[in-house]
Amino acid sequence: MKKVVLKIDHLKKSFGNKVVIKDLDLEVYEGEFLTLLGSSGCGKTTILRAIAGLDPVTEGQIYIDGKDVTKLEPKHREVNTIFQNYALFPLMTVEDNIGFGLKMKKVPKQEIKKRVHEMLELVHLLGYEKRKPKELSGGEQQRVSIARGLINNPKVLLLDEPLSALDQKLRKNMQLELKQLQKKLGITFIYVTHSQDEALTMSDRIVLLKDGKIEQVDTPVKIYEHPNSLYTAQFLGDSNLFQGIVTEVGKEYTWVKVEDTMIKIISQEWQIGDKLDIILRPENIKISLNEETENVFQGKIIDQIYDGASTDLIIKVDKKTINAMYLGNDKLYNKGQMIYITWDIEDAIVLKREPYE
Amino acid sequence: MKKIMENVYLILVFIFLFLPITVLILFSFNTSSLNIVFEGFTLHWYQDLLQNRTLLESLVNTLIVAGISTIVSTAIGTISAYGLHKYSFKGKNLVNELLYIPVVIPEIVLGIALLSVYTLLKLELGMFTLILAHICFCIPFVIISVRSVLEGMDSHIEEVASDLGASRFQIFTKITIPMLMPGILSGAQLALTLSLDDVVISYFTAGPGANTLPLQVYSMIKTGITPDVNALITIMLGIVFILLTISTVVQLRRLKKEDVR
Amino acid sequence: MSNKKIWKIFFLAPIIIYVALLIALPLCYILLISFFKSDYYGGMISTFTIQNYIDVFDQVYVSVFLKSILIAGITTIICILISYPFVIAVSHKHPRTQKILMTLVMVPFLTNSLIRMYGWLVLLRKSGVINQVLLGTGIISEPLSLMYNIPGILIGMVYTLLPFMILPLYSSVSTIEPYLLEAASDLGASKIKTFFKIIVPQTLPGLFNGSLMVFTPALGYFFIIDILGGGKMMILGNLIKNQFLTARNWPFGAAISIILVLITSLIILAYRKLGGKMDDLGGA
Repeated sequence: MKKVVLKIDHLKKSFGNKVVIKDLDLEVYEGEFLTLLGSSGCGKTTILRAIAGLDPVTEGQIYIDGKDVTKLEPKHREVNTIFQNYALFPLMTVEDNIGFGLKMKKVPKQEIKKRVHEMLELVHLLGYEKRKPKELSGGEQQRVSIARGLINNPKVLLLDEPLSALDQKLRKNMQLELKQLQKKLGITFIYVTHSQDEALTMSDRIVLLKDGKIEQVDTPVKIYEHPNSLYTAQFLGDSNLFQGIVTEVGKEYTWVKVEDTMIKIISQEWQIGDKLDIILRPENIKISLNEETENVFQGKIIDQIYDGASTDLIIKVDKKTINAMYLGNDKLYNKGQMIYITWDIEDAIVLKREPYE
Repeated sequence: MKKIMENVYLILVFIFLFLPITVLILFSFNTSSLNIVFEGFTLHWYQDLLQNRTLLESLVNTLIVAGISTIVSTAIGTISAYGLHKYSFKGKNLVNELLYIPVVIPEIVLGIALLSVYTLLKLELGMFTLILAHICFCIPFVIISVRSVLEGMDSHIEEVASDLGASRFQIFTKITIPMLMPGILSGAQLALTLSLDDVVISYFTAGPGANTLPLQVYSMIKTGITPDVNALITIMLGIVFILLTISTVVQLRRLKKEDVR
Repeated sequence: MSNKKIWKIFFLAPIIIYVALLIALPLCYILLISFFKSDYYGGMISTFTIQNYIDVFDQVYVSVFLKSILIAGITTIICILISYPFVIAVSHKHPRTQKILMTLVMVPFLTNSLIRMYGWLVLLRKSGVINQVLLGTGIISEPLSLMYNIPGILIGMVYTLLPFMILPLYSSVSTIEPYLLEAASDLGASKIKTFFKIIVPQTLPGLFNGSLMVFTPALGYFFIIDILGGGKMMILGNLIKNQFLTARNWPFGAAISIILVLITSLIILAYRKLGGKMDDLGGA
């Protein structure tokens, strides 16, 4: 049994009469890297601020280590927050910034000095003690803010889009560094982002949010390969969508009619007449010059897009545009060429069409 | 050619700006007491000044009024700018609008309005009413000056401080005030300038017990000004000039530092 | 929780008391007494009458209004004409020189404006420095009347208010990107065209700001009129001052003040409609 370090119970938050978080339950385990993922306005930052105690909640409880902290001030909660723009104290040195939390706790000066030194070592900033935030690069500033957040040994570290102000290359490096840091310290991280890449590469579990509600909570692999809704499938990764109706149910396979083509899928609890969404990831689509026996569409190459290590293909199937890709950058096809697309039967993601859509 | 024209023009404008002050400084060293032609150098008027109780008193009064109203309006202005930035309350918009009134209405209206209220409240005109009036027209300028810095401040900084265990008081004194310092200082400088410069509002709100230098000069213009007034003005200018030079040098140093970077 | 409330009160109480007692109350009171009647002994009778406002339309007072607006208007125009070339010339200098020059503009400001008027009195009067110099060098044979007339008043007004025009104009000129001016001259625009097509539109906010900060005080600076106008002229400032201190007809003085406030409000309204920000007005 994993230990629950943070529990959110029926959380509700509204600003005026605008309800941002509807009714949210969540358990976060000790030592895990949990990502709150969603587009802007989904409520991810609101949840983070509620955990930190920066904004009061409208309804519901928050427990840290089994203790109800809902009404406690931020400073009495064993969590710390890292903000997007680092929010370093501009007039203090790196040393004073990192040591601020201990100074507020009236820790002896010698002890502060020692702990700050450890923290600087941890984030590879030894020798930067006397610098001012202005004299640091974006990445260095972010490390200072992380060190400042970690020095109080919080039970949970909250990170609000901490990498979004950095450039692409630096962001990749910092992703790795953050992940390693988290593993090394074993502290629970709750990480807010709108970037699916960040979520997929760093998280132990992803919480996908939509309109203030949890859409799905799962490991990156599960959430990508077995999304339980069309929204999840389309939010994470690229997808090609086919819609069809079940016409024949067998023991092992089920047949679905998509436009005029019959498609074979693995049987689950489908029944004849069910309306299904069939989702294919671009990397799972195979291109063939010969007509295969089953699960095949004929299409025309519209465009090939060079993407460095891989190549993206835009294919027209009837009126539908399909995205596919292959590794490597050799030009294998010509524009306008007729081809066939197919896929491995187990790669198709099949969902029952949600009635309201 | 263009450069020369520009420089000539700049010099002309500066001559215009400095002419009346230069004349007063020169005449404070003039042996003739008539302020008409420069006859010879003397420090006589400075000795006279030391004997002139009324004049010295008016100088002291001016400095007291300027000092107290600068300190009080800077303190209230800073607290208020912060309060208006951070909190919302019923009628906040109205307060924000009313704040601009002392900035934009002609001073004379504020002067007579304050005079009327003082009379209504049966406050005897004197130093207190004068200082209150100066505080009244200085506060909005301090607020505007501090607010401009507040608006550029990352609101997360205060949240981080509270997250790390700082109390409301510690946040305000250790984090916020130091960050607002540039705005507070320029607000204070503005308040000091406005207070020293004011004639109109002082004229209505001072009363007999609170003779300040400008009011003294105003009443003397009608009866004739003695040269020791020139000496007094010169001394005040000297002090102001020294203060201003210090502040300019400090600012230039900062500019230079930024240039290097 | 109550701790939070105490802080809120700490940060908001002073401003609310201030606005209520030192801004709202005085203005409301002035508005109130402008509907009172004077008892001709310096007191007021608290009845409701609009007679004071009717009296303002007496020919004598209408002409004071017009004269005040004329003097304030001319002052504003002269200030604009002096300031534009000045700030453009300053903006061509090295940043550090600019800083020094703009500080120098502020220096005379730091002595009281009345004392500076006294300086002008010493310069301009019949036996003053300027006349002495001109007579001494034989340029003129008779002393000129440089004051106690309209030019004298205008010198005083322009002198006192010029920095209020220079400062906002300078801060808006310094925001013009140099490449704009280079691009204009690259494209063959003449100096005059560049000025009207680029510099003027870009500095419009500063120009409005400056005009506002020059025009409205000019309506009320009675001491300039007193010193350099020799008591022969009267603008709104003198009129109000006299009603309150000499004639002791407070209700009438209050009515004139209210009209002055209305004029100012109209100007502010126009300033805002044109996109002006109120906070910029406090920068001088």
